[in-house]
Amino acid sequence: MHAPPDHHRAPEFRAESAPSGPDVVLSVAELYKRYGEIAAVDRISFQVRRREVVGLLGPNGAGKTTTINMILGVLSPTTGRIHIAGIDLQRHRAAALAQANFSAVYAALPGNLTVEQNLRFFGLVYSVAGLGERVETLLENFDLLRLRNTKCGLLSSGEQTRVALAKAVLNRPRLLLLDEPTASLDPSAAQTIRTRIRELAVDGDCGILWTSHNMYEVEAVCDRVLFLSRGKILLEGDPRRLPAQHGAATLEELFIRLAREPLGDPVQGVP
Amino acid sequence: MKARPVAGILLRQFYLIRGSPVRALPMFAWVAIDIVVWGFITRYLNSMSDGRFNYVPSLLGAVLLWDFFTRIMQGVSTAFLEDVWSKNFLNLFATPLTTPQYITGLVITSIGTSAVGLAVMLVLASSVFGLSFFSLGVMLIPFLLVLFSFGIALGILASALVLRLGPASEWLIWPMPALLSPFVGVFYPLSTLPQWMQAVARVLPPSYVFQGMRTLLAGQTLPPGDLLFGAALAALDIVLASYFFTRVFRYALRTGLLARYSAESVS
Repeated sequence: MHAPPDHHRAPEFRAESAPSGPDVVLSVAELYKRYGEIAAVDRISFQVRRREVVGLLGPNGAGKTTTINMILGVLSPTTGRIHIAGIDLQRHRAAALAQANFSAVYAALPGNLTVEQNLRFFGLVYSVAGLGERVETLLENFDLLRLRNTKCGLLSSGEQTRVALAKAVLNRPRLLLLDEPTASLDPSAAQTIRTRIRELAVDGDCGILWTSHNMYEVEAVCDRVLFLSRGKILLEGDPRRLPAQHGAATLEELFIRLAREPLGDPVQGVP
Repeated sequence: MKARPVAGILLRQFYLIRGSPVRALPMFAWVAIDIVVWGFITRYLNSMSDGRFNYVPSLLGAVLLWDFFTRIMQGVSTAFLEDVWSKNFLNLFATPLTTPQYITGLVITSIGTSAVGLAVMLVLASSVFGLSFFSLGVMLIPFLLVLFSFGIALGILASALVLRLGPASEWLIWPMPALLSPFVGVFYPLSTLPQWMQAVARVLPPSYVFQGMRTLLAGQTLPPGDLLFGAALAALDIVLASYFFTRVFRYALRTGLLARYSAESVS
């Protein structure tokens, strides 16, 4: 995987007030989304740096997908700012989204197009340079050569995940959002995908925001995790150290305790 | 406007049509059937009138122009519905694609698909039923342009309605041309209509086309201002429909409708 050339980074869109540092690929500041009287996401702030895999954890309804949808530009925040690779998403939507891509289990690629057709279609939409060559490389890298002429709707879950990941890296994104990328995969396929995603972060020079309910997977892949509950970030840190720091035996135990704590009640060891 | 994202929309539609006879067939099958049915009706009417009046240009010509308009409108909305049917909004709108690029892609798709239908209709109507569009002269071009523009506007409006009201609302958009047809006087002069329907007709661009067509076929001179007004109305309708689509898109972003489109509403 190659680092994106500088001309892809659209420096002209860097706002003066944008969170600085070439390493910051995602900056979320005071992000707030309200539906009626309910705050789905309640003034959260965090950053993702390049070559970093950040896990966004939390129980169902915690606000993870709402957060991801806002970063993807398909949901407007009530207030707050999002910068992707230093580009303000609200002000320069197209330029910011050109620096990102995503894969989510609930957003399958059109099943009536073949694997290759989907990659070519999205490659043009993302204005990928040297598209033909890029598609061939991805078909090979994601073990999709024999499936290139198969319609995506006919693929197994594991194959669909590989195609979705190939699409997600088409434009060599600086920010990759993965919403439960290994859900519905068997353990062996999930491990293969995890290894591949980890390589993307290291070799691909991008930052990854990852959601998962599999705490084993999170410990194996993520450099840092954010625990989200009822729209707020309750905890942040290294997934391998957090359990011990907060008196839990495992990350899963800590997750369960945090998920069940009424908001405002301090978890042991959490200030 | 960057061309490559627009090309992406076009390529996707090309792949779909190329790989699916059920998409390719309607591009020309229904309009061909319409021409055949109305062709025989005009032959029958001609035989009944003992040659005193030629129904071919006035009836068959009107059917051809109306079907062209319908195909343009449906070309835009069907291209949009492909993204509804394949639940592709999240993948599509989380990209750098802009709303004008998306709409441009839909419009160019419609030009391509309706051109096929138009060619089939012209060949069939002229070779089998003797319809000669030379009787309309160069005015055929502005007639087609006005219908094309209004078809685009109606297609964008229909797409916006489906985006706003959810996937099940597609049944609302298919009959839209049929709902308009009584007002625009496809087969009869506008003077046939009651006053309130004539008032509605005056804000619908196709009214000026069909009224103009009958005027020309009657050997009279077409007031140039009428068709120009129709063209201006059609251009305005495109602007208004695009504005409406953009407003609906922003609403969908603000409320979360785009991200939860299959739920059909956010309440």
